[in-house]
Order: sequence, then structure tokens, then C-alpha cells
Amino acid sequence: MLSAQSLALIDREVAKYPADQKRSAVMGALRIALEERRSTGETPEARCLNQEVIEFVANYLEIPPVAAYEVATFYNMYDMKPVGKYKITVCTNLPCALRGGVNAAEYISHKLGIAIGETSSDGMYTLLEGECMGACGDAPVLLVNNHSMCSFMTSEAIDKKLAELK
Amino acid sequence: MAVFVNGVIFDGVDTAAADAWRLDAYVARGGYQALRKILDSKLPQEDVIAEVKNSGLRGRGGAGFPTGLKWSFMPRSFPGDKYVVCNTDEGEPGTFKDRDILRFNPHSLIEGMIIAGYAMGTKAGYNYIHGEVFAEYLRFEEALEEARKAGFLGQNILGTDFSFELYAHHGYGAYICGEETALLESLEGKKGQPRFKPPFPASFGLYGKPTTINNTESFASVPFIIRDGAQKFLEAGKPNNGGTKLFSVSGHVNRPGNYEIPLGTPFSTLLEMAGGMKDGKKLKAVIPGGSSAPILPAEIMMNCTMDYDSISKAGSMLGSGAVIVMNEDVCMIKALERLAFFYHEESCGQCTPCREGTGWLYRVIHRIANGQGRPGDLELLDSVGNNMAGRTICALADAAVFPVRSFTKHFRHEFEYAIEHGKTLVDHKWC
Repeated sequence: MLSAQSLALIDREVAKYPADQKRSAVMGALRIALEERRSTGETPEARCLNQEVIEFVANYLEIPPVAAYEVATFYNMYDMKPVGKYKITVCTNLPCALRGGVNAAEYISHKLGIAIGETSSDGMYTLLEGECMGACGDAPVLLVNNHSMCSFMTSEAIDKKLAELK
Repeated sequence: MAVFVNGVIFDGVDTAAADAWRLDAYVARGGYQALRKILDSKLPQEDVIAEVKNSGLRGRGGAGFPTGLKWSFMPRSFPGDKYVVCNTDEGEPGTFKDRDILRFNPHSLIEGMIIAGYAMGTKAGYNYIHGEVFAEYLRFEEALEEARKAGFLGQNILGTDFSFELYAHHGYGAYICGEETALLESLEGKKGQPRFKPPFPASFGLYGKPTTINNTESFASVPFIIRDGAQKFLEAGKPNNGGTKLFSVSGHVNRPGNYEIPLGTPFSTLLEMAGGMKDGKKLKAVIPGGSSAPILPAEIMMNCTMDYDSISKAGSMLGSGAVIVMNEDVCMIKALERLAFFYHEESCGQCTPCREGTGWLYRVIHRIANGQGRPGDLELLDSVGNNMAGRTICALADAAVFPVRSFTKHFRHEFEYAIEHGKTLVDHKWC
């Protein structure tokens, strides 16, 4: 179900923990599984985690499926719902809001024609509001697909970024 | 932007240089000398701990607990596995200092953790890194690899019989994992739900083994203390508040960023360093220690110095050193509404008073902010808060209540006006 490359990455995670504590690797393993689905999935449904993948990861780590499932649903960066090719998460928490975080989210919403929480009908973009990303000095801040942080996102910077995300 | 003045952790770090974070640059700045000093002189463990105690270093994650004292709680002679864990799960709104340590000086953290491992007789450590900072997680992994290759990490460090291994664990989006026992649960591959204390991590921590958890900045301060001496670190701050501290300044200033300055520096000086108020607006209020710290009005804040004791005396806390600056255009109800939403969103749901209470706080503040406040709402907020604070396993409920209490205390007239008139007193502008 996952590529050899993903499994090798998961093995690297497993090696970080004591031999009898493979469960510790579940967070990394789910991230790696999600990354594979995001990069290979052709539709919003194919880009998120689902029960099958979670069970696969659980079996791979020899833990009960529910143990992996509860982790996937507890941490908010795991996509459990269909998601666009580009998931844009804008921080609107107080320190960011004081420097344009809310304006940035509204600007993107207007430009993409989707409300916060929605995915565009062509399946290209999902717009989310995020909580503190630990980069308040760089506000407005947004994340693209969980891992790429973009700092100082003025309207011009957003225009440029969206032009790249095609 | 990062600005460092008279720093300890960032002493000599050129943040503009692309390779300043690498091992070579760190060694050129005097890095790993502290570790060599300890290993060459076979310094007894208790002497290392005494040095950290004497430095007056207090935990930089928020609680301000003396680091050396915490280290002394570890059962050093315990024969089985023991762990040191670093808390880089930096998600307290306003705090962004640890990210800069990973970006610009990761080896200071690695060296600090190795020294901690030596002092407490542990063989392994983990650094738990905030989910949203993936690039910094990758950089830290790379720095670990450099340290391993150079013989600073792994088996028989620098040819001695001391061995220590260090790994990075990447979080995936849960504020609660900044709470140390939730972090341990998460490291074990579970939901990040805090544990009852006692037992404390020093006796029952990661995998049930003795564990010491410190903040990134605390560990990163240790190499300086060992290399240059506790006295020099202590003198960099003020009595009972040793050292310099990283302050993350955000909000309505001209130059937001991290400022590493001596503890005890006047707030007015820090504000000046950060370029003063943006657009020449008037300072209204400051949250001096991250979103969980009580807010202070400008007139109180301008008389504070930036250290644990002064901020505590003024009725707030230094917390993580996150200084959120707000100007006169901010409606305090709107500001509080956003924080209340955050705590509601991030409550782990384990304890009923917090799970339900954070929702109540948010909904009541939301309706006041939107002109739907009812007579008695301020009393209701009080009552909900009183049924949350101190009644849960961890301090998230308290953290959600502190801002509500302090906002409604210092800016009560804004809340009363909004409830009475069905609109806010301040014509709110975020920026």
C-alpha cells in the first residue's frame, strides 16, 4: 500500500526508539503515509488519510489499528478529510492578527473564491485557519501542505505564491 | 527577523550567514568546548549540576523553575534507562524563540542536551519539535548527523566511556503537547493527553523511566554556563534571574523579532529596540509572557523590567518571554475572543471543566464581541472560570482563564459598554 521509499522512511523513524517501543514511530509513520498520498493522489479523496492506510500503518508497526486511528484524529495536521492539491493554512491567532493574519486569510479566500474550511471545486486548493505556528515575528504566516512555511505574506507575496501553486 | 543583543545563546551568531548553524561555525564560536572541558577533566556529575544551579538559570519554557534543581531530582544512580527530553513544541501564541535556536544555533541545544545527559547519567535523549516547523526539524536532524560524524554524539563520545544518543521527534499539530506529560504521551505514540502528577517525570517519565524535560532555550544556555562559568551567566542578568533571555516581540511594533537581552532590562528599552510603536500609535496593552499570561495595561507595563520577579509583582508572568504588543485601535473584547477560541480549539478534552469550560468562555465572549452580550455575562465568565482553574489535570484550563480574568479586570469598561450598548466601545482595527 505504501511505496518502498515510504517504508524505508518509516523504518528510519522506528530506529529512533527502543526496540520494544515501535508505537512511538506512529506519528512519523502517519506523516510519511500522508505525504505519499498527497504527492500521488489525483483527487481530494485520494490525498487524505483513510481507514485503510491507517490500518496498514498500524499493522506495519504491530500496534492495534485504533491506536493509530486515535493519533491520526487527535493531531490536527493529519488530513482526515478530502483535501486540495494545495492546502493553505493561515495563522489568524492574536499575534498574527495584529500584523495582518486575518486580512491575509480574507484576501486568499476572496482570490480563490472559497470560504475558510472549503476546497475549490477543481480540487486544487483547500483554505484553512490555523493556530499558532510558532513564527509570530514573521506574520502574516501561512503553511502550504503542512511543511512549507511562508513568512511575511502581504497581498503581493500571496499573489506571487498562488501563481506558483498551479 | 532576529536581533540579538549581548546574547549568550546567540553570541557571535551571524544570522545572515547561510552556514552559521553548521557544526564548523559553531565550533569556531567556541562550541563543544564545554563538553570537552567536562570530559577532559572527568568533572563529577554533581559538579555539573551545581554549576547549573549556581548560574540561576530558570526554565525558559514558561514556569521559570530552577533548571539545576530540576536536574538534581533525577535519580542519577538508577540502574535502568533514563531520558532527557527537550520541549521544542513551541506553540504558545506569541512565542517564536526556539524556532530561531533550531534555525541559527542548533548545536547549542545539542551540546546542552549532551551535557545534561552526562550530568544525569542518561544514555538517550529526544527533542520534541513543534509540527508546524518542518524545515527546522529537518535542519535539526542534519545538525544531529554532523554531531554524530564529529564524535560528539553516539558511542564513546570523544574517545571516553561516555555514550549518549539524541533523536528528533516531530509533532503534528497539538498545542497541548507543550505540557510536559502530554509531550511524553505523544513521544510514546499516543494522544497528547496530560498525565496526573505525581508521579513526576523524574521518577516516572518516558516509557515509565526517570526523565527530565527542559525547554530548548534552557538547554541551549547550558554550554555557556559550563564554558564561561555560572558566575558570568548570573552576572548577565540580575539576582534570582540569572542570564540573558530571549524575548519574542510581536504585534504592533516596527521590528518584531527575537531579542536576547539581560533579564532585568526595562520594558521601555525592549520596546525601543523593537523599533517602537508601529505608525506612531499609542501603546494600549501588553501580554508579557505568551497568550496564557495575564495582560497588563500600558501604564503598568512601562514601569516593569523584563524579569520573572518584576513581571510577577505587576500581576502577570514572564512565561516564555513572548511579548505581544497592542495599540489603541485594538478592541480588548475582540482580542480576548481570539485567544478564547484558541484555548477552546486546543483543549485536549480529557477533563470536563476544561473541555466544556473553554467552549463556554469562547461563546460568551463571542456574543459580547458581537453586540449580543447579556446582563450578567461578566459574572457568568467569572463563574465558569472559577469552575475551571485548578480543577483539571494540567494547566491549560488555568491558561484559558487567566486572560479572561485579566482582560475583564483591566478593561472592564469595554466589556460593560458592549453589553449595555450592543456594540463595542473601540472601533476595532487589527492593524
